[in-house]
Amino acid sequence: MIVELGHLSLILALMVSVATVLLSFEGARRGHVASLAWSPRLSIIQFVLVSASFAALTYAYVTSDFSVLNVALHSHTEKPLIYKISGVWGNHEGSLLFWALVLTLYAAAVSVFGGKLTPSFKARALGFQSLVTSGFLLFMITTSNPFLRIDPPALQGNGLNPLLQDPALAFHPPLLYLGYVGLAVVFSFSLAALVEGRVDKRWASNVRPWALLAWGLLTGGIALGSWWAYYELGWGGWWFWDPVENASFMPWLAGTALIHSVTVVEKREALKSWTVLLAILAFSLSLIGTFIVRSGVLTSVHAFAVDPERGVFILGFLAVVIGGSLTLFAMRANLLKPKGQFEIISREGSLVFNNLFLVTVLFTVFLGTLYPLFVDAILGEKLSVGAPYFEATFIPLFIPILFAMVLGPIMAWKKASLRATLYRLKYVAIASVVFVALVAWMTSTYEVLALLGLALGLWVLFGVLWSVADGMSLGRVSLASSYNRLRGFTLGRWGMFVAHLGIAITVLGIAVSATWSDETLANLRVGEGADVGAYHFRLDGLQPVAGPNYSAVRAFFSVSKIGDTSQEITVLMPEERTFWSPPTQTTEVAIYSMLKGDLYAVIGNETQGGRWSARLYFKPLITWIWFGGILMMLGALLSMFDRSARRSDGEDK
Amino acid sequence: MTTPAKKRKQQRLLLIIIALVLLSVVAALMMRAMEDGITFFISPTEIAENGKAVGERFRLGGLVEEGSVSSEENGLVILFNVTDTLNSTPVRYRDILPDLFREGQGVIAEGSLNADGVFIADKVLAKHDENYMPPEVMDILERAENYDENKDENN
Repeated sequence: MIVELGHLSLILALMVSVATVLLSFEGARRGHVASLAWSPRLSIIQFVLVSASFAALTYAYVTSDFSVLNVALHSHTEKPLIYKISGVWGNHEGSLLFWALVLTLYAAAVSVFGGKLTPSFKARALGFQSLVTSGFLLFMITTSNPFLRIDPPALQGNGLNPLLQDPALAFHPPLLYLGYVGLAVVFSFSLAALVEGRVDKRWASNVRPWALLAWGLLTGGIALGSWWAYYELGWGGWWFWDPVENASFMPWLAGTALIHSVTVVEKREALKSWTVLLAILAFSLSLIGTFIVRSGVLTSVHAFAVDPERGVFILGFLAVVIGGSLTLFAMRANLLKPKGQFEIISREGSLVFNNLFLVTVLFTVFLGTLYPLFVDAILGEKLSVGAPYFEATFIPLFIPILFAMVLGPIMAWKKASLRATLYRLKYVAIASVVFVALVAWMTSTYEVLALLGLALGLWVLFGVLWSVADGMSLGRVSLASSYNRLRGFTLGRWGMFVAHLGIAITVLGIAVSATWSDETLANLRVGEGADVGAYHFRLDGLQPVAGPNYSAVRAFFSVSKIGDTSQEITVLMPEERTFWSPPTQTTEVAIYSMLKGDLYAVIGNETQGGRWSARLYFKPLITWIWFGGILMMLGALLSMFDRSARRSDGEDK
Repeated sequence: MTTPAKKRKQQRLLLIIIALVLLSVVAALMMRAMEDGITFFISPTEIAENGKAVGERFRLGGLVEEGSVSSEENGLVILFNVTDTLNSTPVRYRDILPDLFREGQGVIAEGSLNADGVFIADKVLAKHDENYMPPEVMDILERAENYDENKDENN
């Protein structure tokens, strides 16, 4: 009964969203006040209906109602409650429902918090948002209905891939989707602005918080996913340039460009049409990302052929949304006349530089990700584009971005001098170079790429610290007035510092862990040990373990410094787990995080003569990668709450 | 004095030039990166027929041949044959075996051939669960199955 109500609610939501589209656009076109007032209300009703639908599916999962096909395929009675719930969005149909839920959630949020928007703009934005929602709901109801029943009901569910039964992965998709779909708001605002032919400071300051929120959540989602890959997959890696990862990375790159260019619109009323184009691009990539991950097209192009209905709908939907918005852009972009003039060497110029490189990186990632699909579809040949391709294109393009990241924020708007800017940063440059030289000499490492990465990370780190000190005129005025200046920093400025600091921390984590990690493949009897860099891992014993829905072998490794075996640092307990339903084996990594790095152990299988294979690592500063991600997210949120830009309208007029 | 409109045009031109230069640099970068970034899926039959250069990286797909698994270094090194039912290629892998590595099951190994024609794998991917067969392996097996028919048609 509840399941049927959920289904009904979904159909009602589709009807309401179509009504919202018609009412909003007609109302805005005619300037009909009563219709305009209904647009936000209907958006909130959509949210309520989709929430009810989502709650119904969640209920079916929690009660293990195996008469529902989706639940029977993806759940199991013995699964812990939290994974029953996360199972709701862990499959194609459920994840679409979650998408629709977030789409309507954002529309409702715009309805409630968008008080500063004019009624007609708000209606148009909600109209576009509802158009996307309608597409999603229609797709779900016609081809991917999560509420389908089976008769007779299944006795037991199929279960969920045990790799996915993990707290970080339970919350990785929701965070990612909150980011993806947040870009839909920016998209809707951009299309509404195109219809009205007006992109100005006001528009930018209305869009900026949504763009920052979406970007921050996307950053968090990607970081969480990468952390999961690090501790769950057991390969010691944290990013594999897998198409699934790239699918989330591409909207992130577009979003990064977007939050920078929207600042230029807000402060200087330049780069208007470019910003709108980026917003369209960012959301289009979110859509493409969701669909290529969820449709199964990545594992095989033939997934489309197996299920042609879905494939055709997806391609049609993408064509309508992307093609339609680009057509609208082509027709209306000429109305967006830039106001603010600027020289190439200026704050604006540096942001254009940032955008140019980010979009270029995006292009190379896009090509590498989709190339195997094209080749398979056209030539029928199987190939994969691996990490070497992405590293060879990504790294050279990111070096200029990191270098310019320190220069841009200290340049003046309109016109600046490159030489003077570089000269101001002389101590930052010297400090970075000296530090790198010391590290190279002390560790006898002379790999150019490793040292360059380290140098750039330090350059950004010191650059940010110097900028803060410079902004408060530290040492040039009294401490008290320095402190006052510090307090005078806007939240936007703080956000920028914190986010850039996050980039520096992540870059340092990547460079150091990639260069100075130690790895040993060992084959040990109980009582034997192996050396990993400066550490000694000793296999103390093995023990069978019974979990809630698996059985496991647990190994005990006591870790100590080489030459000081009496001082035990920690005992690592990796496991090899065997799940019953579906029958699957996974390795459970054991990690001990220290300030200077992670001790990481993976237990393999029993080999011969009572030996067990194991992979043991020391990974210096690796947690900095995700810590930097948290800082970036925090920076975005800080900046989001900056209202000062709106108050000081017209500072340059 | 340059007028704002003229200046804007100049700037746009400069920007287009910068973008074009960047684009050509990137194109060159990508061409180079593609050379060692792309790995092909190859079947044992394709190796038997066309050969493969020593040291060239590719992915070998097929089934773990029944009765072919043996080991060295107290089990740390695994030797096995990958077969597509027509031909088979010996593989050497020194690492932890993936979960669910079994004789007669689908497998993908990544690495390169050595001078003795042994495929030195540094990555072995087996399936995650009992029901799943990697699509690439499926493809290779299908090709092998249709092999004789294709031969006949060509003659």
